[in-house]
Amino acid sequence: MSRRRSVHLAIGLALVGLVVGAVLMSYLWLPFAPDDTSGGRLTAPGGDHLLGTDKLGRDLFTQLLIGGRIALGTALGAVAVGGVLGVGAGLLAGFATRWRDDVAAVTLDILIAFPTLLLAMLIVAGAGASLGTAILAIGLAMAAIVARLTRVLVKQVLTRDYITAARIAGISWPRIVLGHVLPNIGPVVLVNLALQAGLAVLAEASLSYLGLGTPPPNASWGRMLFEAQATVLTAPVAALAPGLALVVLVVGVNLSADGLRDLTDPTRRRSR
Amino acid sequence: MSHYLVRRTAILLGSLFLAAVALFALLRLLPGDPANALLPVGATPDQIDAARRELGTDASLPSQFLSWLAGIARLDLGKSLISTLPVGPEITARLPVTVPLTLTAFVLAVLVAVPVGVLAAARADRWYGPVINAVAQLGIAVPAFWLGLLLIAGFALNLHVLPAGGFPPDGWADPGLALQSLILPCLTVALVMAASMIRYVRAATLDVLGADYLRTARALGAGAREAMWRHGLRNAAVPVIAVLAMELATTFLGAVVVESVFALPGLGSLLVRGISQHDYPVIQGVMLVSTATVLVVGFLGDVAQRLVDPRLRLRSAS
Repeated sequence: MSRRRSVHLAIGLALVGLVVGAVLMSYLWLPFAPDDTSGGRLTAPGGDHLLGTDKLGRDLFTQLLIGGRIALGTALGAVAVGGVLGVGAGLLAGFATRWRDDVAAVTLDILIAFPTLLLAMLIVAGAGASLGTAILAIGLAMAAIVARLTRVLVKQVLTRDYITAARIAGISWPRIVLGHVLPNIGPVVLVNLALQAGLAVLAEASLSYLGLGTPPPNASWGRMLFEAQATVLTAPVAALAPGLALVVLVVGVNLSADGLRDLTDPTRRRSR
Repeated sequence: MSHYLVRRTAILLGSLFLAAVALFALLRLLPGDPANALLPVGATPDQIDAARRELGTDASLPSQFLSWLAGIARLDLGKSLISTLPVGPEITARLPVTVPLTLTAFVLAVLVAVPVGVLAAARADRWYGPVINAVAQLGIAVPAFWLGLLLIAGFALNLHVLPAGGFPPDGWADPGLALQSLILPCLTVALVMAASMIRYVRAATLDVLGADYLRTARALGAGAREAMWRHGLRNAAVPVIAVLAMELATTFLGAVVVESVFALPGLGSLLVRGISQHDYPVIQGVMLVSTATVLVVGFLGDVAQRLVDPRLRLRSAS
């Protein structure tokens, strides 16, 4: 069975690699300038324009590549915000004892009860729609989930004999955290962050579709889909390409996370 | 159980209070004066003061917060800055769209996901086990709004069998018309939800299939089918119930986005309009109702899980 799982990892990494490769390429070479409207409105795919043009005459493939930058930026940004804040808060909560532990547990339960999308919409409502706001909002919502996971993992690790042994050997807490706690919780937290990255990409796309994420003229895939909706029959490629790109990236991220989990967790490798 | 109920109720009340605080604080403390929405360009200081008095934003923050809480207690959510209509009735007027959409989509998703998920686990060795997995894996990566867009293109614009969007202006006066305009949105939300539910149901069933008690039941002479029905499904139901409550909340949020795709006059489109028009009372009202719904559903799901599972009940009693 584990062979099939490593196939998942390979497929996942290949799909993510495809998107990352295309985005890296976009920094070196773009088929057209992003604001070049010389192609004429809604031309069919083929010729100079691989995927045709949008309703303003901009090259769709160029827009798609730029949307890829935004999608990857969202994934990385939200994971950075959520990972740093979440792991930090989770570590503190994991070391808390007595009433502080109860307060930490209840606070995290409360924070986690807020749905990501509503929290993001609330922050956007206050701070205005922009890519940075969307990333920050998604990252903050993610931080609560990561913090709760980290807290539970830290509590488990702290009961282990090797921690007691390290304490008896006179090793300081900071060095125990760096040397024993973080390496032991790392794989599980990383896999969770990878899954969250996929959700972050979908959340940003939803916000942008609703007009609450990346403002025009920047081409977020969610925004491109909103703009393509009115002309879905005359220009179907414009309505298909960004959606397919989203699915490729998110399936890739999810498969990679699944594969990584099975690599790092021997108990799952056997049972599935 | 009682200890657990007290703790869980405290969490519910705490999160409801926190939601009220967050909704109040974020919209008041961030830059931008809500009074601007009422004012013409180049308003005089007198006009600005009058607008602030009308909105109550001239009072101190704590007293504004208390009157906002008191308003919630009286079910008074204030008035829209744009239409000057009270927000409460405007929200109730939109429930006949959002509530049927959410509940039907949820029931549909559960009816699909439970049998398919169990099948995917119990028949993992047949060809359709992996196929179900692959489809579910794909399904959780498809954004709901994109699926809605594709369904509109296929069923409404190409085949002309269903409306592309909108809702009859007189609501449910003609139930046939109203139902027709909800079919595609329901299908959109249900398909996306079913994909993620299948994965949970499959995982829960797989855990049960490997359990010792199932092997014991088989060793004592129960057939595979009987062991699964009498022991397996009841155990698999425990984690699934808690997840279902979470999924019901997610279905509601999915409906919020999908309403915009189909131009349905529901809570979601009210919220999106409120945000784009900076209509703070509307945003606060819809957010409060939505968040409270999600929080209460989560609470009920957790409590239901305790009631179903005797092991959890005993553990919390000790």
